[in-house]
Amino acid sequence: MLAMNYRGPYRVRADRSKPMPKIEHSGDAIVRVTRSCICGSDLHLYHGMVPDTRVGTTFGHEFIGVVEEIGDAVQNLKVGDNVLVPFNIACGKCVFCEQGLFGNCHESNPEATAVGGIFGYSHTAGGFDGGQAEYVRVPYADVGPMIIPDNMDHDDAVLLTDVFPTGYQAAEMGGIKPGDTVVVFGAGPVGIMAAKSAWLFGAGRVIVIDHLEYRLEFVKNYAQCEVYNFRSLGDVVLFLKKTTDWLGADVCIDAVGCEAAGDAMQTITGRKLMLQSGSATALHWAINSVKKGGIVSIVGVYGPTGNLIPIGNVVNKGITIRANQASVKRLLPKLIDHIQSGRVSPKDIITHRIPLEEVSDAYHIFSAKLDNCIKPILIPPSARK
Amino acid sequence: MKKTAQDYSHINGWGIDADPLDVPAYPMKKRTENDNKGMIWERPPQQPELVEVLHSNERPGLTAVFGTPNPPKGLSGKIRRYAFKYSESMIRHWLLLLVADRVNMIEGIHEDINKGHFPDVFSELGGKSEMKYNKVGLTRKIALGAGIAVLAIAFLRTRR
Repeated sequence: MLAMNYRGPYRVRADRSKPMPKIEHSGDAIVRVTRSCICGSDLHLYHGMVPDTRVGTTFGHEFIGVVEEIGDAVQNLKVGDNVLVPFNIACGKCVFCEQGLFGNCHESNPEATAVGGIFGYSHTAGGFDGGQAEYVRVPYADVGPMIIPDNMDHDDAVLLTDVFPTGYQAAEMGGIKPGDTVVVFGAGPVGIMAAKSAWLFGAGRVIVIDHLEYRLEFVKNYAQCEVYNFRSLGDVVLFLKKTTDWLGADVCIDAVGCEAAGDAMQTITGRKLMLQSGSATALHWAINSVKKGGIVSIVGVYGPTGNLIPIGNVVNKGITIRANQASVKRLLPKLIDHIQSGRVSPKDIITHRIPLEEVSDAYHIFSAKLDNCIKPILIPPSARK
Repeated sequence: MKKTAQDYSHINGWGIDADPLDVPAYPMKKRTENDNKGMIWERPPQQPELVEVLHSNERPGLTAVFGTPNPPKGLSGKIRRYAFKYSESMIRHWLLLLVADRVNMIEGIHEDINKGHFPDVFSELGGKSEMKYNKVGLTRKIALGAGIAVLAIAFLRTRR
């Protein structure tokens, strides 16, 4: 079958000789993919920053498709169902799944205990192949996948597998109270959805910080928020203090993660030399620009090693830090309601539709921010017929 | 300085999810009767282990399901097996895995050539899109590369 194939940092290709996935467990399903996205966090794999990313891996944790085959124990799905598949692989039985922490399942990733299994996200997240392919194996098919409502646009559905839930949970973890000032670092797809979601919690002011003008322009219109280019601000934290009556923001959201620009020392030690688990510039700014007693919410992805962050100021300012992988399954009913009620239209952030055969160019366009790319989706040949 | 007096009617859904009872926000510690009892849940059936799967030494064995593509092999596999002797808390665990990834990249090139497939690195790097959308940047990179090559050759000639 046709599938994306990782060959090393910055090198991927469309490979027609990938073996078809098989049912390997009675709870598995095989899904024929109809759409898959490239996520900003896929770029961390693409850039070689995530340990145990093996050559031959197929990425892709944001996908929807049609059920082609089910294991003996699967009861909730049948062949032919159109399903959206959360990026978390969750058993539904362990103590963490029982608490709604589907991103922290303890029965889906043997290689690391800190994170549950994730489709196509290296062996550090379970070693599963992902959905940037014609077919994909979906474990625990009775737990994660959800049948796409008949009246839902499939472009909206594919963005419910990660981007919208992650952005929404970023705002949710911020504990936003009506009137709060919320600063979102990063105007990528997740930052855009976090800014949009902040209003649903009653934010009084939403500010987005980035350095790419086309993305700032997009989020200003899409999420009706204030935007600032940190390249023109000089000292970002000082600017945010001034614009919040010298007190700082109530909530700061790090929607950037390990590939942040804006600080030479972080960039060199984190992104170039990999002496820390990526550049922690956005997190650094978030901690220092949040109000005393405020909340920092982290959904930006960092590697599993360590980072240089001002932990002393976390203590000094009495900050609460909340962070997690989004618990997609828990959030789906509420987010589907937001889409069907017309409050949020995730599909509007899709800028590029690219055939799966051109996956190398799709990654390069997204990684190098060419052609004003915000969100690319890959369409396999069978879905284009 | 709260701004609740402002008019947010232009924002569809403003405040619809603001629940004063939902404080603090998720993830809350949601206690269940199974808290503090260890791994007592009814485990899903175990996926058969038909290929080598490494597991963190911070857990007693494999999870009920796991990915099977790309099992450890070759020199990179040896490095990965060694890395998994150390816990996730040890930096050497992760750095060894990164070293294994780079070795694996070279193994991948050998593997391609052994199968008669010479990697089209230009295409794999997204060269076509670079030519289409970033001609200036591509020209600059080529010029920079050529400049470095000329300087290197000149330096080597001077040393002779």
